[in-house]
Amino acid sequence: MSTGAEHVMHLQDHMPAFQVLVPLFAAPLCFLLRKERLVSALTIAVSVACVGISMNLLGQVMGGEVLVYEFGGWPRPYGIEYRVDITNAFVLLVVSSLAAVVFAAGPGQARRAIPAGREYLFYSAALLCLTGLLGVTITGDVFNVFVFMEISSLSSYILIALGRERRAIMAAFSYLIMGTIGATFLLIGIGLMYQMTGTLNMVDMAERLQAVNETRTILVALAFVVVGISMKLAVFPLHQWLPNAYSFAPPLVSAFLASTATKVAYYLLIRFTIGIFGVTFVYETVGIDRILLPLSVAAMFVGSTAAIYQTDFKRVLAYSSIAQIGYMTLGLSLATEAGVAAGLVHLFNHALMKGALFLVAACITWRMGGTKIAAMRGLGQAMPFTMAAFMVGGLALIGVPGTVGFVSKWALVSAALDQGALWLACLIMASSVLAVVYVWRLVEVVYFAEPEQMLEKKDAPLRLLIPTWILAGASIYFGVFSDFAVVVSELAAAQLFQAGM
Amino acid sequence: MNALGAQLLSHWNYLAVITLMMIGLYIAISRGNLVKKVMGMNVFQASVILLYVSMGKVRGGTAPILIDGAESIVYSNPVPHVLMLTAIVVGVASTALGLALVVRTQEAYGTVEEDEIVALDRAEDLKELEGERERAIQRAEASGGVS
Repeated sequence: MSTGAEHVMHLQDHMPAFQVLVPLFAAPLCFLLRKERLVSALTIAVSVACVGISMNLLGQVMGGEVLVYEFGGWPRPYGIEYRVDITNAFVLLVVSSLAAVVFAAGPGQARRAIPAGREYLFYSAALLCLTGLLGVTITGDVFNVFVFMEISSLSSYILIALGRERRAIMAAFSYLIMGTIGATFLLIGIGLMYQMTGTLNMVDMAERLQAVNETRTILVALAFVVVGISMKLAVFPLHQWLPNAYSFAPPLVSAFLASTATKVAYYLLIRFTIGIFGVTFVYETVGIDRILLPLSVAAMFVGSTAAIYQTDFKRVLAYSSIAQIGYMTLGLSLATEAGVAAGLVHLFNHALMKGALFLVAACITWRMGGTKIAAMRGLGQAMPFTMAAFMVGGLALIGVPGTVGFVSKWALVSAALDQGALWLACLIMASSVLAVVYVWRLVEVVYFAEPEQMLEKKDAPLRLLIPTWILAGASIYFGVFSDFAVVVSELAAAQLFQAGM
Repeated sequence: MNALGAQLLSHWNYLAVITLMMIGLYIAISRGNLVKKVMGMNVFQASVILLYVSMGKVRGGTAPILIDGAESIVYSNPVPHVLMLTAIVVGVASTALGLALVVRTQEAYGTVEEDEIVALDRAEDLKELEGERERAIQRAEASGGVS
């Protein structure tokens, strides 16, 4: 009896569930279909559908109301609920868009990394990883966070181990050890929180923690949770797994993980600290900013300095990621609405530029078989379009006006100045100078060095170039028209600080 | 001192958890053998399972099955047990994946000792560096010859 319009209404109601279920069911479907063409088409279709769903979700919550989806109709505290507010709708959009663009570059690239006939396994793992990341972001249940985090981590270990060199296996192995320890730390923290509150629902937990947050148990829980997430996020002294994982993984996998996995971990850190433990407890009682601030600044300098001395393009990008993660956590450690908003803006912007740069690395791998900087001599003439995208990404990393990097730095510096921290603003500028050094070093090799042998002019195929330029173009577009990211993150930060959860 | 001892004894489940946790973490970090690392990680995860299960136990509590007419029965909390079913699955999956990676390492390197693997990687790096230096010298000579 129901009409078409009613069906649409029903679909609209179930959007939060579809966000996770669509890629979750597509993953085993890939496993059954097996034919590479079918599977890659399905993967791209599914990731584009995810973008549509997350746009819809963001549209629904932009007014400030929170979307709650109860699984099986069981209200909290009995059931698991999905909770969408501006912050996680924004992160969902970033994750699914980047996944769609990177997966679109997949066909052909996957073939090089994987034995023929096994490509479907790559796509299954990639879709499971996407499922996990979206699940971590959307869920309103802390134990669900752990489960989804392990889904995404386990599939990302598989993806990293697919790298062509044998070092990829060791990189995946050490990431597995570090990642599992991190996730188990989170689990211990969640257990201690459950012990004190008797609930796993984020909203209930945030309410009940108010009464008990002076206890030692909760203090220990906070420590476990923050350290556990920081391992996943690669906050400065816990970043050891990241350079190897990103530089030995297949380039597309690095592009996907660099632009999504650490972003979701950053979201999780915000959700747990500001959302569940609460602003007053985290900043005023414990003073987490006093720990996070020096670590962020150290990450900015250590990451950028290490990036200068690398001999591999992807390794430069990996170390630069550590520095950029430092900018994000710096936003969080400012303990203000503007600071968190700046962190979220940088989450969006960094996903765009790092995604573009790792796709450039994929183009270079396609042409040269590797990303050693020595092998990139003279590529500026041989692959003009790819290298133009590299220039855009590099300028964005530095933070040149007109690129997304400038928008983030502007937001961060003004948030620091609001706090009266002139020295911090100066440190942000100083670390940008280091970025100039490592980017310029690459530019010099690419445009001004003589190639070893004459390279004929042959750019990457369009199926790689188009995704690369979508991200490079977005890095310029959102650098000029910065309203979208800035407005959404300011609204998100305001909601977080006012409503808590 | 006696009070402290009594307190520790009454929380012996936590003592067991912490001991296991530290043993596991130490093995995972300090051992060079990759199989031992995976096993250490496994012990570490198992300790968390104990932590959850023991926190669900209520002294004198029984299995949470509702019985008509009996209202004053104390039940143990079943939720931590359910959570740990999931955690066990996660633990099995990550151990299996870890061991699979160890097998691949053995195939690729011929060893599962971390220090030997590092040495092999370093030797590879050195060889590459030397090759690069030679090429740079050749390049310099070639350009010198032209000018």
